[in-house]
Amino acid sequence: MSAPELPSFSTGRFRAEREADWIAFDLLLTKLEKRGAKALTSDELLQLPILYRATLSSLSIARATSLDKALLDHLEALSIRGYFLVYGVRETRWSRIRRFVLYDWPAAVRAVWKETLIISLVIILGALTSWSLVAHNPEWYYNFVDESMSGGRDPRATVEFLRSTLGHGKDGGGEESGLHVFATFLFTHNSRVSIMSFALGFAFGVPTMMLEYYQGIGLGAMLAVFSSKGLGLDFGGWLFIHGTTELFAAALSGAAGLRIGAAVVFPGARSRLEAAADAGKTAGKVMVGVILMLLVAGLLEGFGRQLITDTMLRYGIGTVMLLFWLGYYYIPRRGDVA
Amino acid sequence: MTAATNTRMRNASAKKVREFVTPEGVDLQLRIASSGLRLGALIVDLLVITVTLFVFNLLVDWISHATPRDIAFMIWMLGAFVLRTFWFIGFELGSRAATPGKRLMGIRVVARNGGRLTADAVVARNLIRELELFLPLMMLGVGAAEDMVSGWTVLAGVIWSLTLSLFLLFNRDRMRMGDLIAGTWVVMAQRAKLDSDIATADEAGAMQFSDAELSVYGIFELQELERILRGRDPRAMREVADTIRAKIGRPVAEEDDVFLLSYYRQLKARLERGLLFGKRREDKYASE
Repeated sequence: MSAPELPSFSTGRFRAEREADWIAFDLLLTKLEKRGAKALTSDELLQLPILYRATLSSLSIARATSLDKALLDHLEALSIRGYFLVYGVRETRWSRIRRFVLYDWPAAVRAVWKETLIISLVIILGALTSWSLVAHNPEWYYNFVDESMSGGRDPRATVEFLRSTLGHGKDGGGEESGLHVFATFLFTHNSRVSIMSFALGFAFGVPTMMLEYYQGIGLGAMLAVFSSKGLGLDFGGWLFIHGTTELFAAALSGAAGLRIGAAVVFPGARSRLEAAADAGKTAGKVMVGVILMLLVAGLLEGFGRQLITDTMLRYGIGTVMLLFWLGYYYIPRRGDVA
Repeated sequence: MTAATNTRMRNASAKKVREFVTPEGVDLQLRIASSGLRLGALIVDLLVITVTLFVFNLLVDWISHATPRDIAFMIWMLGAFVLRTFWFIGFELGSRAATPGKRLMGIRVVARNGGRLTADAVVARNLIRELELFLPLMMLGVGAAEDMVSGWTVLAGVIWSLTLSLFLLFNRDRMRMGDLIAGTWVVMAQRAKLDSDIATADEAGAMQFSDAELSVYGIFELQELERILRGRDPRAMREVADTIRAKIGRPVAEEDDVFLLSYYRQLKARLERGLLFGKRREDKYASE
């Protein structure tokens, strides 16, 4: 094209003028991604927003004037990368974790207190149902508890056998060697169940309530069998040492699921999607806590229960754990962000 | 290719673009990642996790010479759970909001409302993955374990759980259940290298085209031509050059690359001038 025909604005000149900024921004972003904000000098930190804005303005101009696909793609990718770094995370992982443990976790648990109460009632209801049924007619037991799960702990079993399963007798079923395996199995199994009862919450919370009800049913049936043989107190201790933590965690996971279900059914003024997203965030926080609680419960169950056989001591530890969780969650603290 | 297919293609790609306005008022036009890329990323991540566990197992084996069976069992069970859960959460909390698999595929997680991607959103979307991955498997497992459940019941269960797992195929934002609950999107975030500017170069030896010769093509054709020129494949260039020559009625007189480059530069200058005057000619079917 000959010189007189050239328009006064040319995309070639535009690029030549701005290209240095884009390259500098690209280098800065790469450094930031690779080595974090600490690697930048204060001069570079001051440059970052300036270059970011320059790149965004270049993108606007290029979109309106340039047809160079490679240039447009590059500017778009660079702007997206820059946006998420400039407006992205401003916290280190460590301070995030600290804030989570100190404030966010208990605050999220407090926020679902209504759901926690409901789920606790559902579990208790399940336990009462199966307990009263099995207490009147032991045959019901076989409907509630799976053969493989019970491991011989059913109404036909002798008092001696039942006592041995509680860890008082000599023979613990020959499983003494595998305490850590047992603990691991319990932890992963329980976590899976809890995650399920949380994740199924979006189906209006119905599957969540059913899962929690079943948990209560198994519990009540076992309780009925043991108490009918006069081992109710011992069974309580066997259950209590880890059960306070584990059942609390189960209730919380159910509450988290129910929160999402409730948000989907009754979104209020927000759209259903927004309501679900809001509830999901609170519930997500609760769930991280639940998994940590289940880890503690798994340790108590796998090790604590097998090593500590005194019923009173078991009750003591269970009570201390319960008080600890209650205090941690529900005692208000300074600087709270509920 | 007809005008209709061209328009359809443009609409299809426009459907994947979501408005995402920064505080500076610029629309970043994020593109939703396709389901294929999502699956690819998941497979890569699961593979890496498995290999990591395997290596860790070997390491323990090597340290303690002969690993008791129960230790190996524990490593697999606990390790698989912990890695699976915290692999995704840990990586997505990083500044790039992507697991290695996602990074490889050039995609990342963003908050749907344009705000910061919070830790709770990342946690929520990843815990629900557990459900999406394992519910269909569990349904099958339950069916296999219990004889009284008929085949049809199992099938119904599996189908029900699959609709949850494949939820992302049924909405235009390609959201998993987890994305829905967490308020997130997975969008394209690949990098594009800044290629050299092929439009500005020496004017010597350039051919001149008349206005009529340049008016046969639009922006779509221009950018296809740019792709061919940057690709530098002689056979493709020959084919395109012949097509253009036939269209504008020029004899084969000069090298293909000289011809194409000259044509590209002048067509681009012409169309960009049109842009400055508010005329955007999308393709050759659009009117001047």
